[in-house]
Amino acid sequence: MTAAGDRRVVITGIGVIAPGGVGVKDFWQLLTDGRTATRRISFFDPSPFRSQVAAEVDFDPELHGLRPQEIRRMDRAAQFAVVTARQAVRDSGLEFDALDPLRTGVTIGSAVGATMGLDQEYRTVSDGGRLDLVDHRYAVPHLYNYLVPSSFAAEVAWAVGAEGPVSVVSTGCTSGLDAVGYAAEVIREGTADVMVAGATDAPISPITVACFDAIKATTPRNDDPEHASRPFDASRNGFVLGEGAAVFVLEELSVARARGATIYAEVAGYATRSNAFHMTGLRPDGREMAEAIRVALAEARLDPEDIDYVNAHGSGTKQNDRHETAAFKRSLGEHAWRVPVSSIKSMIGHSLGAIGSIEIAASVLAMTHHVVPPTANLHNPDPECDLDYVPLVARDWRTDAVLSVGSGFGGFQSAMVLARPDRDRR
Amino acid sequence: MSTAQTGSFTDDDLRRILREGAGSDESVDLDGDILDSTFEELGYDSLALLETGSRIEREYQITLEDDAVSGVRTPRELIDLVQQRLAARPS
Amino acid sequence: MTARAVVTGLGIVASNGIGRDAYWAATLAGRSGIGRITRFDPTPYPARLAGEVSGFAAEELLPSRLLPQTDRMTRFALVGADWAFADAGIRPQELPEFDMGVATASHAGGFEFGQNELKALWSRGGQYVSAYQSFAWFYAVNSGQISIRNGMRGPSSVVVSDQAGGLDAVAQARRQIRKGIPLMVAGAMDSSICPWGWVAQIACGRISVSEAPDRAYLPFDAEACGYVPGEGGALLIIEEADHARRREAPQVYGEIAGYAATFDPRPGSGRDSGLRRAIEQALRDAEIPPDGIDVVFADAAATPELDQVEATAITGVFGPGGVPVTAPKTMTGRLYSGAAPLDLAAALLSIRDGIIPPTTHVRLADRYEIDLVRNAPRTAPVRAALVLARGYGGFNSAMVVRAPT
Repeated sequence: MTAAGDRRVVITGIGVIAPGGVGVKDFWQLLTDGRTATRRISFFDPSPFRSQVAAEVDFDPELHGLRPQEIRRMDRAAQFAVVTARQAVRDSGLEFDALDPLRTGVTIGSAVGATMGLDQEYRTVSDGGRLDLVDHRYAVPHLYNYLVPSSFAAEVAWAVGAEGPVSVVSTGCTSGLDAVGYAAEVIREGTADVMVAGATDAPISPITVACFDAIKATTPRNDDPEHASRPFDASRNGFVLGEGAAVFVLEELSVARARGATIYAEVAGYATRSNAFHMTGLRPDGREMAEAIRVALAEARLDPEDIDYVNAHGSGTKQNDRHETAAFKRSLGEHAWRVPVSSIKSMIGHSLGAIGSIEIAASVLAMTHHVVPPTANLHNPDPECDLDYVPLVARDWRTDAVLSVGSGFGGFQSAMVLARPDRDRR
Repeated sequence: MSTAQTGSFTDDDLRRILREGAGSDESVDLDGDILDSTFEELGYDSLALLETGSRIEREYQITLEDDAVSGVRTPRELIDLVQQRLAARPS
Repeated sequence: MTARAVVTGLGIVASNGIGRDAYWAATLAGRSGIGRITRFDPTPYPARLAGEVSGFAAEELLPSRLLPQTDRMTRFALVGADWAFADAGIRPQELPEFDMGVATASHAGGFEFGQNELKALWSRGGQYVSAYQSFAWFYAVNSGQISIRNGMRGPSSVVVSDQAGGLDAVAQARRQIRKGIPLMVAGAMDSSICPWGWVAQIACGRISVSEAPDRAYLPFDAEACGYVPGEGGALLIIEEADHARRREAPQVYGEIAGYAATFDPRPGSGRDSGLRRAIEQALRDAEIPPDGIDVVFADAAATPELDQVEATAITGVFGPGGVPVTAPKTMTGRLYSGAAPLDLAAALLSIRDGIIPPTTHVRLADRYEIDLVRNAPRTAPVRAALVLARGYGGFNSAMVVRAPT
């Protein structure tokens, strides 16, 4: 066994559910076509709300192998997690039944847990909000699984047979980066050899739409849903809510090599910092995100110039896109103007805790195909956002190392460096 | 008491709604002469203003457009804005 | 050499005592905080007892501006962090901002805040939902608010693994210390004693329906009939050992010496729970043999099957009656994520004072071969303690704390 300290962590399996496509192939096709999956909300009548657009997934759980009882007891976000975990396991070619279950763990990120299930159940037990003393006799038997989203990690652990460290990481909109970062650390420190890690969220529910309406964080561009998500564009006016999941198989490098696994990328560096400023606000200087990027690069033993592509948070709110543009300049220096930067939220919306993992998937696929996905709907950049955001059209581009970042409510700023394991390191 | 029914919006209405929706900074005398202080000086951030705007809209049944509220800097400006909307309300 | 993580400050909120000294005095005296729910009328529900925190005056302890935007559990967390810093003799604004991080666990987020906004949404409409709902209920809120209040710009994280999460958060803090962050606030505060939270908790089928506060929560008793939920928890200041020494910290309670987490085999597999393996791995991690552990703070689920699993795991590692076992949570109820950090605090105070707090009201059932510290505290030198925590679904975490060296 490789000694702790020398242990390196690689991605050997990918599963994705995203708006516009279930599975890696459809997901990557949508991104490289530059198509958008945003539309008028169909899950409920959105007309009472300020923002009426979202990026919804067309998902039939039965079609993806979930049994009726699993479907009944799992919130949609848990269903996403289990289906993508199974995709990732299949993709990895790893024989999970032959693994030591105690050396196999699960980390699932989620910002808002079983929001859809809770919203529906509250409506029922409160009889449409009429009862203060909500009626337990109308509750579903699995309501506790909605209450505590660690049930998501439990479901995945059962699905893959993991009996090592299992947990949910919930750091708002950086959950998807932080969950993979957490799992990589668990392997690196020697606690586990294989981790099934990623993130899921299915927040498209009246309570979520209402709470973002209240702070005008989501776009009111209801007359043009397909072009509603406009990161870095001067006309951007809020993010588009999305849903989905991405889950990966992470392994220690030498073990993956020994079994001849297809290695997508190394989780080469990761860090998170807090802005300690405001629960929803960002300081314009991007200082804490820049610090997270600096530490992640140092951990990867790479220089800013080694980064071939930056997968941005790019949510499409006024403050975010300027904040992170400043953070890139602060951390990457002159290279910030040279490296392609793009936001896939322009196509698949912002799925809160899930998006960080979905963006890792996009970053890894960019390395696999040497293609950088575009920023859709970017016709007229904000003058304060003056980097190369790969507008509208995907770009053929030699990509051996990617920086992916996230920023979220609570002040969390996270950065991950994904790179080919055989690269030159400082 | 709310003056919503009488169709006017006073500085005391604003004080009450600020306290209910956003609390008040211990270093600020909200009952003092606050009309021309900025909300920032009074310890209120953008979230506090959004919450305050939303409470005013609900209580007074008026609509405050996004840009209108975000452009307001002081209590006096907010009170003037609300008064204008109240005056424009069909009776 | 690997950096060592030591605990230098404690902030405690529990139903039998608010603040470190009040909690510890009540716990040694065997005073329970369990009673009939007062925060809403529990009459319609099958379960009516809880460990409610009363007399917590948030409006005196926190700025007024924070109150409309915080759930009860966040108020506990902000005040708990303040007290932990004060106990550690630290003014966070005087430390380098990137040198401090936060690691909390959450069980259900700010559920009462969420309840009120769901009610506003469904009874009156979306425009009645608060501007603070977007973060006040979510699982990450306590880490975010603590970092903001104290200017902590280092790494922050949040784990959710039901009741086991409290230890997982402290372990995450130790990980950050080992990666070079000098100081972390770690632990958890939870509270979901509101009608909507109550209904969701009842659904797990493990809540005691007894109406007698002294007969309701009886782990390892033949009459075990489920647990009583409580609210509160503990936040700990965790420091790199040399950092604490250099700044001459007023006290070092002990070291986070070992930790492990396992997950039970999937239901129906017929294989044993992973709890015993978590204990064994945590001891190995601490490099302490079983006979080096002076007390075990049990998870104490108080259902016959789960008590059996825990007693079997403990006797499997330590031998029948091989180590004193206690469950002071019989006085506070189970605090979900908050429970294990509170047990860690109690374990560290046991180390400090050489006294093991009791398990109250329990008559030990014959089938459990454990040395349960019952009714009265037991004087004994405590050099190392093991804290256990389990979460619904199969989460097992174990942590070893040992006396400062």
